Amino acid sequence: MSSQNSTLSRYGSSARPAPYPLFYPPPPPVDQIAVEERVAALGKRSIKKGAKVAGLTLAVRMMDLTTLEGKDTPGKVRQMCAKARTPLAGDPSVPSCAAVCVYPNLVPTAKAELAGSGVKVASVATAFPSGQSPLDVKLSDVRRAVELGADEIDMVIDRGAMLAGDYAKVFDEIAATKEACGPAHLKVILETGELGSYDVVRKASEIGIAAGGDFIKTSTGKVQPAATPAVTLVMLEAIRDHFLATGRRIGMKPAGGVRTAKQALHYLVLVKETLGDAWLTPDLFRFGASALLNDVLMQLEKERTGVYQASEDFSKD
Amino acid sequence: MSAEITKTGEALPALDFGHAWEYAPSPEATDHVRIAPRHELFVGGAWRQPHSSRYFDTISPSTEQKLAEVAEADERDVDDAVQAARRAYDRYWSRMPGRERAKFIFRIARAIQEKARELAIVETMDGGKPIKESRDVDLPLAAAHFFYHAGWADKLDYAFQGRAWRPLGVAGQIIPWNFPLLMAAWKVAPALACGNTVVLKPAETTPLTALLLARIVEEAELPPGVVNVVTGAGATGAALAAHPGVDKVAFTGSTDVGKKIQRAVAGTKKKLTLELGGKAANIVFADAPIDQAIEGIVGGIYFNQGHVCCAGSRLLVEESVHDLVVRKLRDRMATLRLGDPLDKNTDVGAINSGAQLARIRELVAAGEEDGAERYSAPCALPGKGFWFAPTFFTGVAQSSRIAREEIFGPVLSILTFRTPEEALEKANNTMYGLSAGIWSDKGAKIFWMAQRLKAGVVWGNTYNKFDPSSPFGGYKESGFGREGGRQGLLAYTEVGQ
Repeated sequence: MSSQNSTLSRYGSSARPAPYPLFYPPPPPVDQIAVEERVAALGKRSIKKGAKVAGLTLAVRMMDLTTLEGKDTPGKVRQMCAKARTPLAGDPSVPSCAAVCVYPNLVPTAKAELAGSGVKVASVATAFPSGQSPLDVKLSDVRRAVELGADEIDMVIDRGAMLAGDYAKVFDEIAATKEACGPAHLKVILETGELGSYDVVRKASEIGIAAGGDFIKTSTGKVQPAATPAVTLVMLEAIRDHFLATGRRIGMKPAGGVRTAKQALHYLVLVKETLGDAWLTPDLFRFGASALLNDVLMQLEKERTGVYQASEDFSKD
Repeated sequence: MSAEITKTGEALPALDFGHAWEYAPSPEATDHVRIAPRHELFVGGAWRQPHSSRYFDTISPSTEQKLAEVAEADERDVDDAVQAARRAYDRYWSRMPGRERAKFIFRIARAIQEKARELAIVETMDGGKPIKESRDVDLPLAAAHFFYHAGWADKLDYAFQGRAWRPLGVAGQIIPWNFPLLMAAWKVAPALACGNTVVLKPAETTPLTALLLARIVEEAELPPGVVNVVTGAGATGAALAAHPGVDKVAFTGSTDVGKKIQRAVAGTKKKLTLELGGKAANIVFADAPIDQAIEGIVGGIYFNQGHVCCAGSRLLVEESVHDLVVRKLRDRMATLRLGDPLDKNTDVGAINSGAQLARIRELVAAGEEDGAERYSAPCALPGKGFWFAPTFFTGVAQSSRIAREEIFGPVLSILTFRTPEEALEKANNTMYGLSAGIWSDKGAKIFWMAQRLKAGVVWGNTYNKFDPSSPFGGYKESGFGREGGRQGLLAYTEVGQ
């Protein structure tokens, strides 16, 4: 990682001293065992009946329905947009999803398809998923996605720089990306599965927040493990400390690996009992998922009718 | 929730743990649990009426409803039980090879697992603790203690560096109401493994699971008299401790009663172990993982409504993080769910008895009189039953009653320190010495503290962790003797030189 040789303009000098004052005091340490115990305990909350319906309905409203594949086509994206707009045809009690999340080339298709629906279009950018490109390429990626109509940008941090200890580079790239976003909301993907420890996740969360991210997000979905309840709790605690210090509310998005309604409710329990009521809204909490929606719909239909429907009763898009 | 105001008058951002998304009631089903209306004494393998024909009520502390009536054993009943235990010791249990004793103890362990759901529900109904605790802590640990000691029964020749050993004889065991079945397991399992027979006296407010344990012993077909259960209040326990046919007295409970028992057995051949009160220091350094330490503080004092002898009832927090810790603790307490102990989402259940509630109220009033600042979680208390909201005091003086006396309720006293030496001095400045907790990211600091703390159990970056292989017991007025582990076997054996 030779930022010294880079010809790119960076925010601040590449020869700047270590970014210690910026992140002083250092983040509090995170105890792995105790964090995992806490999420396991919250995973035992019993969510039944009305609470289950309310929670799952909220989960639908919080969903960023996602397709991020090389084989994505306008047809595929149009189908997904229809699902996001009306997740369950014939049941108006099921709300629309929060957003769809696609690659930049498919933003115009999604934008046209969702016009007037209130469903946002999110685009990944910044050389997603690896982030291993020069900064000007990443920023141009962001600007083009916004020009094409993206309401939200999901960027990736430079994990190489993060792990090498070049926190200033990580910070500066996020800050530059935020500026390139203009009016679009910025979600900062930490790719926690590559960060190795909760302490690094905590530090990356603080950098993402300090550099201007509106949301912090666990994963691209391209790396395992993706979102876990424990890593989400660590990020929620960083968000909580930022709020307690500044009053500013940062959003959270676990993405990848959330496949079942039961898991979604577990995440909502984490939010409710860590950050409280203000975060129980799509403005501040999202699920990045593709398979999750149908399981949530199946559970909602089960609560409504008393019986489980076959999986074929739900459209696969 | 209104915003907190700082000393300079500015409002701090406040989290709101309100009702945007409420959990629906989720009560554990109890329809398959039948509690017999009347319970007799279990003596010599048979269920017998008490000589006095007197019975007392056991109630649910969360509803104040009567659950059953239970035989009150007097001196004659205790004498019958001790004699039955003596006969069983002489005829069967002391002669039986360890591998045969092990089979019976394994049977008990498996039966506890099979009946875990019923036992957990009865434990919660009789004692008031949340079902999630009886289900996830009391029952698995009770079974684990029987499994662990079953494993020792045929290996005792290797437990004491090759020295010869023999059982003591008849053990009189008096247990408290805070972990009724688990304390029975802690006492009965090692006694049986080491070849002793048992007369068990459960607490008068929580006798039901000990009686269900007697049913399990019966179904496991242990020889008659190996385990006897006599129910009653303090007089029954005193009769058991004073009985000349008892070779060993094991008591868990208050320091006051422990001292009386120690006086009663003084000058006799009886061996004694006491596991008494505590006023543990839970020490939080500024370099601790603070959010996890908050969980440890909450678990340390509000677990089982604070009815825990090793509860972390004195929070010693480094002064530089005091305000932060208090602010976070208040937020965390806003999410504690107090109410129906049978609801699977309940975090804080009922106080075990009206008498204990009165004791908690008295000490809390003393704390307020001493000038400490009280904070109680904003939870609504049910109309019936015995309840006390999770509470802490700040500005507590080391000399205050709430810093020195065991409250045995959900009440935390918060004190500050500046250096590790000061933390150590304050932590040890108590008549008790059962347990302590240390929260720091620095391993060397944890070991430095742990070596110097006068406490039988020291937890690092965790709290209230129990395992049958780990010895548990106190220093000073927290008692003597150890339960669990190889060391715990010494409480039920005579070991040669």
